[in-house]
Amino acid sequence: METWIIHILNGVSFGMLLFLLASGLTLIFGLMNIVNLSHGGYYLLGAYIACTVMTKTHNFLLAILSGGLSIAALGLFMERFFLNRLHKKPLAQVLLTIGFTLVFADASLIIWGGVPYFVEKPAFCLRPIMIGKSGFPSYRLFVIGIGTVVGLLLWLFQERTRVGTRVRAAVNDEEIARALGINVRFLFTVIFTLGAFLAGLSGVMGGPFYGAYPGADFEILLLTVVVIIVGGLGSLRGALVGSLLIGLIDNFGKVFFPQMAMFTIYLPMVIILAWKPSGLFGAEN
Amino acid sequence: MEALGALRGGELRRPMELRKLLAYFFTAALLVLYPFIVPSQYFTTLATQVLIFSTFSMGLNLLLGYTGMASLGHGALFGAGAYVPALLSKYVINNFWIGMSTGLLMALLISVVFALIAVRISGVYFIFITLALGQVIWALVFGWKSVTGGDEGITGLGSPLVWPSFSLSGGNQYYYLALLFFLIVLMITYRVITSPFGHAMVGIRENESRMRALGFNVWRCKFIAFVVSGVISGLAGVIWAYYTGFVNPRDASFERSTEAVLMVILGGSGTFLGPVVGTTIILIIKNIVAIYTKRWLFVLGMAYILIILFASKGVMGALKGRLKGLLGQT
Repeated sequence: METWIIHILNGVSFGMLLFLLASGLTLIFGLMNIVNLSHGGYYLLGAYIACTVMTKTHNFLLAILSGGLSIAALGLFMERFFLNRLHKKPLAQVLLTIGFTLVFADASLIIWGGVPYFVEKPAFCLRPIMIGKSGFPSYRLFVIGIGTVVGLLLWLFQERTRVGTRVRAAVNDEEIARALGINVRFLFTVIFTLGAFLAGLSGVMGGPFYGAYPGADFEILLLTVVVIIVGGLGSLRGALVGSLLIGLIDNFGKVFFPQMAMFTIYLPMVIILAWKPSGLFGAEN
Repeated sequence: MEALGALRGGELRRPMELRKLLAYFFTAALLVLYPFIVPSQYFTTLATQVLIFSTFSMGLNLLLGYTGMASLGHGALFGAGAYVPALLSKYVINNFWIGMSTGLLMALLISVVFALIAVRISGVYFIFITLALGQVIWALVFGWKSVTGGDEGITGLGSPLVWPSFSLSGGNQYYYLALLFFLIVLMITYRVITSPFGHAMVGIRENESRMRALGFNVWRCKFIAFVVSGVISGLAGVIWAYYTGFVNPRDASFERSTEAVLMVILGGSGTFLGPVVGTTIILIIKNIVAIYTKRWLFVLGMAYILIILFASKGVMGALKGRLKGLLGQT
């Protein structure tokens, strides 16, 4: 029983990490129709930056802020100068953002070298929590908490705030929204930056247990892609359900079928796709 | 007088055809004699790689360039073609023809499954779904360590048996092997794109709903385009596996897919020889970079960015307009 709870918690915490990435990706896609595959690169850079900040200051809040905000700035730069030229060209967006991911990967190879790094855990998460007789890292519970809070805030933002309403209006009918005096261009930049911030945050949060190493960027990117395919592109609820599902499947797959660990993630995806091409919560095309 | 006129007409036409014929002849002679002209084996190696990856990108071009379906899963089909002969050589027999036919069969099978799932979807969803489908194959060869060797891959495909007492070996033989299949695919591609089916593919790329309204079976056309391009990718994988003598998961990876897409776009997607040009440029850059620096990742990343921003029509796409002006009607 205890082991089951621990497996489930492991799966959920990894799922929450994926949710931070997937929510940004799906938000940007759903609202602006931009495919940003740099999210894996954002994760890696965020984790490396958090690593450096933690070893220097041992202040986790500072790590979150520096990791999140610097990636947000990077996202802002990419949107303003590059992606806004590629309106409605999904393949071009995909290749451009993959190009950026490669550049980031090489840059981090130069700065941080090829050794795997793990971000130091914050001081309040050092002691494990006892579940029955076995200890469970409290940091993972913290990740679950952060993921839940972020999910809630995003939902409130989208559904309950004035800015969120404007964003939905702009997505629904850009021209009318413009005519009503909504600065659509500005709104979209804000959303894009927010998505990048979330990806940076995911790097900081994942740093202590998933780690930062060459190749982690594409690994986590591809998992995130699976999440949003399963959940449905553009749907926040889909991102949440997909993340938890993939997080759990990943964990149980590794436990029960170690050789097929990756395969167990991709197989359910194919089944869902064959049955519902737009994903569990995606809009039918 | 009439005979004279006809003769004159013939004379007028003949130099053009002769020139064309001569051009073909010299190109063919150059390709055949290439290993003996170049100063070192290094250039033969490079050319072999160019031929194999051109085969791959030509296959992808049929789908991406002509039908307008951007697949990010073709690396897996290339990988399937590479892994099957490797597995056969490890567990059963290292025979070129058996390896090739089973490799192609596997590529065909997987292409059909991929196509059945992906063809009904278009746009961004198609990109994502092909990407994910490709990852299924990658996950299989990466994860199933006891059979595929996992990350280490499989070695020992060198010198496959081609004839009862003749096995392939030496750089030049692989060059001619790659050249043979490259030319076959070149001819197939030409036949496809000049056929009514090829025009239907372009029609779908330009305006799918109009093609549907005209009574074309769009789904079937896309399905066939996907499978043909998938099998060609698998063929390139088979040759690649025999040429390098080993396979690893990178041969079935996402990077393989995106690199091939990049080659097609750089050369000019939807142009006959574009993929060959794009592949040649990328592989030459790769080789030069490898000599001078370790920063290949950076260069490749910049190549993606710059090509998308400044060369999205590709070399042949940019040349097309000018060539038309230069060569009159051709």
